[in-house]
Amino acid sequence: MIEALKHSVNWLSAPPRFFTITLAAFFVLLFPGELGPAWLRRLTRPLQTVYRPKVGGIVFAVLGVLFLASCFDPNFALIVLKPDNVPIAAMIFLVAFFVWFGLKEGRRNDALRAAEQPIIEKRESGDGKVMVWPDLVYTEFLCMILWTIFLIVWSICLKAPIEEPANPAKTPNPSKAPWYFLGLQEMLVYYDPWIAGVLLPGLIIVGLCAIPYIDKNPKGNGYFTFKERKPEIAIFLFGFVVLWVWLIIIGTFLRGPNQNFFGPFEYWDAHKLVPLINVDLSQIIWVKWMHTALPRNPILREIFGLTLVAAYFLALPPLLAKRWLKGYYEKLGPTRFHIMMFLGLTMLSLPIKMMLRWTLNMHYVVTVPEIFFNI
Amino acid sequence: MAAAPGKPASAQAATPSVMTRRGFLSTLGVAWTAFAAACAAGAVATTRFMFPNVLFEPPQQFKAGLPADFQTGTVDQRYKESFGVFIVRDEQGIYVLRAVCTHLGCTPNWLEAENKFKCPCHGSGFYRSGINYEGPAPRPLERYRIVLADDGQILIDKTKIFAQEKGEWSSPDSFLKV
Repeated sequence: MIEALKHSVNWLSAPPRFFTITLAAFFVLLFPGELGPAWLRRLTRPLQTVYRPKVGGIVFAVLGVLFLASCFDPNFALIVLKPDNVPIAAMIFLVAFFVWFGLKEGRRNDALRAAEQPIIEKRESGDGKVMVWPDLVYTEFLCMILWTIFLIVWSICLKAPIEEPANPAKTPNPSKAPWYFLGLQEMLVYYDPWIAGVLLPGLIIVGLCAIPYIDKNPKGNGYFTFKERKPEIAIFLFGFVVLWVWLIIIGTFLRGPNQNFFGPFEYWDAHKLVPLINVDLSQIIWVKWMHTALPRNPILREIFGLTLVAAYFLALPPLLAKRWLKGYYEKLGPTRFHIMMFLGLTMLSLPIKMMLRWTLNMHYVVTVPEIFFNI
Repeated sequence: MAAAPGKPASAQAATPSVMTRRGFLSTLGVAWTAFAAACAAGAVATTRFMFPNVLFEPPQQFKAGLPADFQTGTVDQRYKESFGVFIVRDEQGIYVLRAVCTHLGCTPNWLEAENKFKCPCHGSGFYRSGINYEGPAPRPLERYRIVLADDGQILIDKTKIFAQEKGEWSSPDSFLKV
């Protein structure tokens, strides 16, 4: 019974399934009863109760118990209780809790506002303001003392993950970046170094800097809200939770020797055999579908991939502006909209490429190894 | 304040001046000279730092023993640590693969049971020939020049690299027929 349960968890945590579940859970929990056709909305509406403190508390308690029970599995315990991985395990719960808390407070404020009552921030402080001294400084001081104690205890209890002296001929298997870079390392599996290591991180920083210039919605400043900032919150949380925290989690717990994927209850076998024979888009189209050899000319060879990438970045935004995102286009104006679309489509290209790799073993959409240009 | 007219300004100016214009300029000159000298010394020290007294550079060419030392059908790792190469012998001859992943430069591991090179950093996989077939590596492992020296030993020359995607593996120096 328990073995079967572990097996099904392992099966579900294969990346394409795990990612689909994460994506579905993300949208359903963010917008319960609001997305999709009528039957889906009716089906997911009860999930709104998750944002009640009692129900949310029970859900977190159940998750925590499941987590602790899983620690009795030797393979699970080996990875999760490794000193470097303990903070990541804590991060899962901390990120989930604070996202839930923010959304809960936002929904509560939205309900209060709909009932024309003062919002939480106003109730707690009277006029919406508190004094820096003593309210803020005192809290910060207490936090500082408690955190110092916590860090000292932690550093005594858990050993620092120091390994043998470096040897260029012996790379640890698996070789992992520090936890906060595991998202980047995961991106490097799907994209060339110049995209995953330079272009995408650069665009993440530029995109974060651009938020105040793109986001024209003045609401939600200084108080919790969800209704007034739905698209903004959804886009940010998608990038942060699904594309950053999720990648750190799978990079920490699911990537094992030889960078193969392992389920949480699976033994990390360095000789696990996973057939991962890459194909490029050009090979699929020219060889598999048209039964011809790859053309010699790189431009002719990659014409389909180049067209696809060009259509994705150049044709899709105007189409979206005309059809599905008309209201958003009118709200932002052409310049802001197209910058937003470029950043958003670049962000979405990561899950698209990950899915292509997991399901079709797609190596590159466009590949010109002669000049080191691969997408 | 400086623009304040009237008495206070002139009263300040009238107080016995400790510093003359000439004295001020010469102090300034000394200060700037000292600052420039410190900067120059720092620059010299930084430049000197770029040329270490001892530089460990393993020779770019080395003799790897007789061809008979390498068994057919093996991937030899005895020079992996010292020179960063895999020496592979198949039915036709011997070739030398550079032990640097073409994705981001980690050292791949040779997995005998799976008959492949596998990089532990991002999971790139290469066949015994060095051709990439799984994971993110964009091109095959590179090969080094391999020739027979006059004494019959294998001479491996790391200054000359042969890349498969440029069609250089057909070069006679990239492969030692035995």
